[in-house]
Amino acid sequence: MDLDSLYQEIILDHYKHPHHAGLRDPYEAEVHHVNPTCGDELTLRVHLADGVVSDVSYDAMGCSISQASASVMADLLIGKDVDEAMSIHQTFLELMQGKGQVEPDEDVLGDGIAFAGVAKFPARVKCALLSWMAWKDATAQSLEKEKA
Amino acid sequence: MSIPGLLPELEVIRKDFPILERVLDGGRPLVYLDSANTSQKPQVVIDTMVDHLEHHNANVARAMHQLGAESSEAFEAARDKVAAFIKAPSRDEVIFTKNATEALNLVANTLAWRGDLQVGEGDEVVITEMEHHSNIVPWQLLTERTGATLRWFGLTDDGRLDLSDIDELITERTKVVSLAWVSNMLGTINPVREIADRAHQVGAIVVVDASQAAPQLPVDVVASGADVLVFTGHKVVGPTGIGVLWGRREVLEALPPFHGGGEMIETVRMERSTYAGIPHKFEAGTPPIVEAVGLGAAVDYLGHVGMDAIHAHEQAITAYALEGLRTVPGLTVMGPLDAASRGGAISFEITGVHPHDVAQVLDSRGIAVRAGHHCAKPAHARFGVQSSTRMSSYLYTTPAEIDALVDGLNYTRSYFKLGE
Ligand SMILES: Cc1ncc(COP(=O)(O)O)c(C=O)c1O
Repeated sequence: MDLDSLYQEIILDHYKHPHHAGLRDPYEAEVHHVNPTCGDELTLRVHLADGVVSDVSYDAMGCSISQASASVMADLLIGKDVDEAMSIHQTFLELMQGKGQVEPDEDVLGDGIAFAGVAKFPARVKCALLSWMAWKDATAQSLEKEKA
Repeated sequence: MSIPGLLPELEVIRKDFPILERVLDGGRPLVYLDSANTSQKPQVVIDTMVDHLEHHNANVARAMHQLGAESSEAFEAARDKVAAFIKAPSRDEVIFTKNATEALNLVANTLAWRGDLQVGEGDEVVITEMEHHSNIVPWQLLTERTGATLRWFGLTDDGRLDLSDIDELITERTKVVSLAWVSNMLGTINPVREIADRAHQVGAIVVVDASQAAPQLPVDVVASGADVLVFTGHKVVGPTGIGVLWGRREVLEALPPFHGGGEMIETVRMERSTYAGIPHKFEAGTPPIVEAVGLGAAVDYLGHVGMDAIHAHEQAITAYALEGLRTVPGLTVMGPLDAASRGGAISFEITGVHPHDVAQVLDSRGIAVRAGHHCAKPAHARFGVQSSTRMSSYLYTTPAEIDALVDGLNYTRSYFKLGE
């Protein structure tokens, strides 16, 4: 396995200098997700306003892949309509579950295309998805609250 | 490269393990440093299991034909070999389980039921902060279900048991003390006998998790002070799917049955059954027959090499590894730093690189280590870390493999652009 296809420069940059890190107010929902096999942990908050993801903030402990993934995700989703954000989420999920066979779409995923190589390392797919799963969970909870 | 204490016929030993010749993707030779997770298997174990399946396969104890007799004989001979391996006073005290986890659950479960050893409200169970999850969770379940209280020994900064409060922890309320002989994360060898003596003064029973000790140290169950001792087959060069529970006869007889079913009975009527004596009382259903036979061959193999020699080899390799790891900038070893007080599992952290990433880079060079919490989350939490990288050696590990690890770690640091 080619190490460089996993550890793209973009991933290492986001790992060293994560964007939007730290927990911020206001938020409607906060979730805590863990990867039970390796112990990676993430606390994530979502703030929605007028159907827009107006903030995603997080506190993450984990490997380069999981940390960089949270940073790239926050870049991508903050400022998007919830519907569009959900569709980006779906596109990223398909890329990760594609076993390296899916051609990533840079227009949709931006820096997220750097994770295409991760899909070839089954043990690391969960690392890349930790923050995305947490975001989906927190967003669903925020929407529930809105309705109530 | 030779260092004192290594097995004199190391190259011959390595030839016994066919997998060590495996070449991985990209032409990398295997450097297997994950033996505390599971050990590799010598040819004799593989051959013995194949031979059993090819020539002697039948159910045990209930087949009235030649193959049945051969299979039963092989299965019971494995029990004799295990009894000899751990110096059990009686072969009947050796019970086959699925693994160490099942053995610990057997004890923790049966202690909840009515009987002389029953644990109930007001009683206490004492464990330690360095246990594998399989020696924590069963006791949490037991104490939650019975209203008993779970207590534990803490750890010192250098990764040993903190025995300073032993007299407050082990009291007349203590019913069970359960601890690892050798830690799978910190490597620490614990003073089992000293703790067992204290526990016996208050009438508690002592359960010893020897999952990491049995592969590396000569085991004498009586001398250890244990009332119950468990280990798992796949870490002593045996197959998966087989574990061992040894218990003093009086303790095993006082515990009620665990699983009900075939083979564990004396007679069954619709209203009530009576139970077989040990060991069969605790072996309901068709056992893992070929796995037991394989385990018998495994402990025989270790016996031939000699557990004293294996222990000396582990200590030599561990000392050499500790020395090598010390040369890697930013690397911190968790647990005792002198090889004499530890086993062959060494967990460490490297500032600036997550264990997952360390293991991934090493894997790209053919080096297999473990990264994560190693099923010892509380021990990691005690040292303020979430996970670690662990190398673990065994009787087939060479100094050259340790050199490859150290080179790989330096490469990992440069890959992640960490300075000196
Ligand atoms: C100290 C210790 N106890 C218990 C176990 C559990 O062994 P098994 O998973 O084979 O039941 C292990 C192995 O992972 C261990 O290292």
